[in-house]
Amino acid sequence: MTDKTGASSGAGEPVRSDNPHAQIATKLRALYVSVQEEAIPDRFLDLLEQLDAVERRHVPDGAK
Amino acid sequence: MSTKMSAEEPSFKREMLAALPSLRAFAMSLIGRHDRADDLVQDTIMKAWAKQDHFEMGTNMKAWLFTILRNELYSQMRKRGREVQDSDGFFTESLAQHPSQYGSLDLQDFKRALNMLPPDQREAIILVGASGFSYEEAAEICGCALGTIKSRVNRARQRLSDILQVTGENEYGPDATSAPLTSRAFVS
Repeated sequence: MTDKTGASSGAGEPVRSDNPHAQIATKLRALYVSVQEEAIPDRFLDLLEQLDAVERRHVPDGAK
Repeated sequence: MSTKMSAEEPSFKREMLAALPSLRAFAMSLIGRHDRADDLVQDTIMKAWAKQDHFEMGTNMKAWLFTILRNELYSQMRKRGREVQDSDGFFTESLAQHPSQYGSLDLQDFKRALNMLPPDQREAIILVGASGFSYEEAAEICGCALGTIKSRVNRARQRLSDILQVTGENEYGPDATSAPLTSRAFVS
């Protein structure tokens, strides 16, 4: 599709970057990174602590 | 602080923690809403913890967690119908509650376009294009053939560039689709 010439007659080619796939890659990364860079919510830290604590309590004494 | 049982538990937890930011980003990219994405992450943590014996330390924790999250999402979608991923909430949350976190409206357009993809194409392009997995790893996570992943990624790219070219033209004048979004953004 991208190598068709004159495919968009009339509408006017949006003048942005010459490579739409590069733009998409950049935006996809930007969206992803915006979430990835958020601090890990406390609910997950608490949850892992709880899971860990429960597990330690359940270890039979003989296994020490 | 005295976690000196077997060396495995603490490092399993540590590796899980290290993978969490990426896991959240994956969930968020798939679902588009913070509350539901984090609920899914929570379910994933519980599932993963319960089956940590199946995980081999030293193998790819991130890929393992992504696989669990993905399976969990699809099994929830099968149970509840498609409500897990609703496009209406996609806009409402992103504009009304987290306007600054997601940056520009340009990125909002992108989110909207991403949400228009079929789920299999969306997850493929996220895994390869954002999460940093190879095609091989992505194929393994999705449980499909390498060629299938490649073609999904290609179709996703093509579809996104088609959609975004259309929205790109609209940046200069709101139309029926973008006008309600724009006005809502000003109200909130």
